[in-house]
Amino acid sequence: MAAGDLLSNIELISPSQFAKEKIQAVQDYALLSARAVANLFRRPLYVADMIQQADLIGVGSLSIVLLTGFFTGAALALNSANTLQRFGSLTLIAQLVSVSMVRELGPVLTALMVAGRNASGMASEIGSMIVTEQIDAMRALGTDPVKKLVTPRVIATVFMLFFLTILADLLGLFGGAVLSTLSFGIDWHQYWSSGWQILVYQDVFTGLVKPVLFGFIISTVGCYYGMSAHGGTQGVGRATTQAVVASSLLVVVVDTVVTRLLMTVFGTR
Amino acid sequence: MAAPPNAIEERLESTTSSAAPVVRFENVSMGFEDKTVLDEISFHLPRGETKAVFGVAGSGKSTILKLALGLLKPDAGSIYVLGNDITQMREEELFELRRKVGIVFQESALFDSLSVRENVAFRLMEEGNISDEEIERRVREVLSFVELEHTLDKFPAELSGGMRRRVAIARAIITEPEILLYDSPTAGLDPVTSTTIVELIVKQRDVYKTSSLMVTHRLQDAFVMASHYFDRQTNRMRRLPPGARGEVPMSFLILRDGKVIFDGDAQDLAHSKDEYIREYIS
Ligand SMILES: Nc1ncnc2c1ncn2[C@@H]1O[C@H](COP(=O)(O)OP(=O)(O)O)[C@@H](O)[C@H]1O
Ligand SMILES: [Mg+2]
Repeated sequence: MAAGDLLSNIELISPSQFAKEKIQAVQDYALLSARAVANLFRRPLYVADMIQQADLIGVGSLSIVLLTGFFTGAALALNSANTLQRFGSLTLIAQLVSVSMVRELGPVLTALMVAGRNASGMASEIGSMIVTEQIDAMRALGTDPVKKLVTPRVIATVFMLFFLTILADLLGLFGGAVLSTLSFGIDWHQYWSSGWQILVYQDVFTGLVKPVLFGFIISTVGCYYGMSAHGGTQGVGRATTQAVVASSLLVVVVDTVVTRLLMTVFGTR
Repeated sequence: MAAPPNAIEERLESTTSSAAPVVRFENVSMGFEDKTVLDEISFHLPRGETKAVFGVAGSGKSTILKLALGLLKPDAGSIYVLGNDITQMREEELFELRRKVGIVFQESALFDSLSVRENVAFRLMEEGNISDEEIERRVREVLSFVELEHTLDKFPAELSGGMRRRVAIARAIITEPEILLYDSPTAGLDPVTSTTIVELIVKQRDVYKTSSLMVTHRLQDAFVMASHYFDRQTNRMRRLPPGARGEVPMSFLILRDGKVIFDGDAQDLAHSKDEYIREYIS
C-alpha cells in the first residue's frame, strides 16, 4: 500500500513525453532567437539599452578576459616549449601560440568566460522579471519584452565578444612573448614578427567568425532560460545554472563544427 | 445630513444608458498542465461598473485578469474587450488595445531597475512621440492622484508595500484607460493602507467612471466599496446614506472550483442561499 502511494506520487514521464518536451524547448528557443533578430529591423530600436548592456558585458568582463588571455598564452608557450625543445625547434613557439590563440583558444575561452558571467546574468535578471510578473507588466504596458530585453542583449553580446576576443588574442600573444623571452631567451622582436607572419587570412577569419556565433549563442541561451523560468526564486536559480551549462556546452560543440566547416570551405592546410 | 451624493446620480444615468459591456467572457476554459482552472465561465462587465472577483487562492482570479489582457490565451471560449475578440488577435494588435486597459499586478510588478518616475512614465516613454515636459507633467499629475509626488526619484525597493501598490496604480492610470484590472490590490497591507487603496479604487470608479475588475480574497473590501461613494467636495470616500445600497456601480463575481457560482450586486449577495457564499459573507 505504502509503496503504491509512493509510486503514484512520483511523476513518471514517458520517453515520448520527454522527447516532446525537448523538441518543444528547441522550437521555443529557435523562435525566440528568430524574433530577437527580426526585431533588429523594427522600430523602436532600444539604443540606450544596447549601450547599457554593452557596457555591462564589455567593461564588466574586460579584466577577466584579459587575465584569461594572458595566462592562457603564457601556459601555451610553456607547454609548447617543452615539446618543441625535444625537436630542437624552439623558435616555432611564437607561431604555435599565435595560431592556437587566434583560431581556437582566444574565441573559446573568451566565450566561456562571458558565458559564465553574462549568460547567467541574463538568465537571472530576466528570470526574476518573469517570476515577479515584470515581463507581464511590460507586455501589459504595450512593450514587446523580446524587443526591449532580448534584442539589445544579443547585439551587445555579439559586438562586445568580438572585441573582447581580439583583446584576448593579443593578450595571449603578449603572455606567450613575456614567458618565451624570460624563460627561453627568445628574441622579443623575432617572436612578434614570426607570430604575426604565420597568420593567414583563414586563421583570422575563423577566429573572428567564432565570437560572432558564440555571442549570439550566449545571449540567446541566457535570455531563453530567463524567459522560461518558472517556480519562484528557486526556478530563477535553476534557470541561471542551466543557462551557463547549456551555453558553455553549445559554445564548445559549435566551435568544433565551425572549425571543421571552415576548414572544408578554405581547404585544409 | 449627508451632502447630496452627486457622483451617484451621474453614475446612475450613465450605467443605465450604457449598452455594450466592456469585457465579456463567453464559455472560457483554461487549464495549466492538465489541471482545469477555469471551466467554461461566462460573465460580462458593463461600462462604468466595478466588479469584485472573489475566490480562494488558486481559484483562477489572476488568470481571469491575464486572459482579459491577452497575456494568456484561453484553451476554449471567446473574450471580448471593448468589442474586440482578443482571442483572435496577435500580440502586436493587442499592444494597441492594451493602451485602453490598465493593470495593477498582485505584487505591483514595478520594474526594479527603474525609478518611480521612469516606472510611471514607462508607457508614455515607450510611445516615443510625447515631449519630456508633457511626460513630466502627467507623471506628477498621476502621482499626486495617489499622493506620492515626493517619491519621484526613489526606486521600488525603497518603498513600502502600500506605496508600491499606489505607484503601480499610477502607472496603470497614466494613459487614462477605459478599463482597470486590479489583482488583489489590498493583499498583505495593513488595514489603514488597505483603506487608502480601496478609496483610490472608489475614486477611480466614481470620479473617472472607469470600468474595472478587482480581484480580491477579502470580501469586506468589496463590501466597503459597495457601501461607499467618493465625495469630490471633501476628496474623501463617504458612506452611502442608509437604504442607498446598490446605488453605486458595484457587483460581485464568486469563483469556486473553476465555475462562477455567483454574479450579481451586493443585495443579491446578501440574500444568497448558497451555503458556501453564506459562510464567507457572515
Ligand atoms: N503560468 C502558470 N503555469 C502553471 N500553472 C499556473 C500558471 N498560472 C497559474 N497557474 C495555476 O493556476 C491556478 C490558478 O492560479 P491563479 O489564477 O493565480 O489563482 P488566484 O489568483 O485565484 O490565486 C493555480 O493553481 C496556479 O498554480
Ligand atoms: Mg492571484
